[in-house]
Amino acid sequence: MTDANGGGANAKSMSIIVTKGTLDWAYPPFILATTAAAMGVNVTMFFTFYGLALLKKKLNLQISPLGKPDMEMPMMGMHMKMPNLVGAIPGVNAMATTMMKNLIKKKGVASIPELRDMAVESDVKMIACQMTLDLFEMKEGDLIDGIELGGAATYMENALNSDVNLFI
Amino acid sequence: MADMTLDAKGLNCPLPILKAKKAIKDVPAGGTLEVLATDPGSVADFAAFCRTTGNELVEQSQDDGVYRFVIKHTS
Repeated sequence: MTDANGGGANAKSMSIIVTKGTLDWAYPPFILATTAAAMGVNVTMFFTFYGLALLKKKLNLQISPLGKPDMEMPMMGMHMKMPNLVGAIPGVNAMATTMMKNLIKKKGVASIPELRDMAVESDVKMIACQMTLDLFEMKEGDLIDGIELGGAATYMENALNSDVNLFI
Repeated sequence: MADMTLDAKGLNCPLPILKAKKAIKDVPAGGTLEVLATDPGSVADFAAFCRTTGNELVEQSQDDGVYRFVIKHTS
């Protein structure tokens, strides 16, 4: 029987290639994965290159204002953009990360660990790119439990059977 | 009266939807879940959620910045 609400053989499916591991870029894949799963979609996430950082047991995600002319942080009733020259100063990343985390909390936005837990809970399939593990000398043990390992062909097989494929 | 109420006030996208999905599992088929939210985006999102999942959005109202949705657990 098809259960539109809880997955099943005839449910729609989605795959997401996750390539970025900064705090800001961690949001789109996890928001879409958890929401799709809540809407009965079978979701597969393929973590590659810097995106693999999002699977580490201990998350230490940061943002950098460097090279981001589109990044405007609300501050004292205004919107602050940071010139690259300032963004390059040591400590600015940490400061911007703290500001962003405070903003996230204040606005009732979920944290990344919270969203990741929800993704695991709702049976989102997570695949870690084997090549990236080798390249960056990471071990499977560095990652949270329940992760599968695979490569491009594993992803492609999945993508060819999915209704929605995203690259983030 | 709904069978269950979920207070999602102060939460931002996608938390009201994710929490509603979790809560509706505990509502018996045919029963209703009332969701209270302050996220203005939840108006479009609960409509889309219900259309996609087959659950029925039976009531929707707004009062003093609080959005109220009543969802019938039909699927």
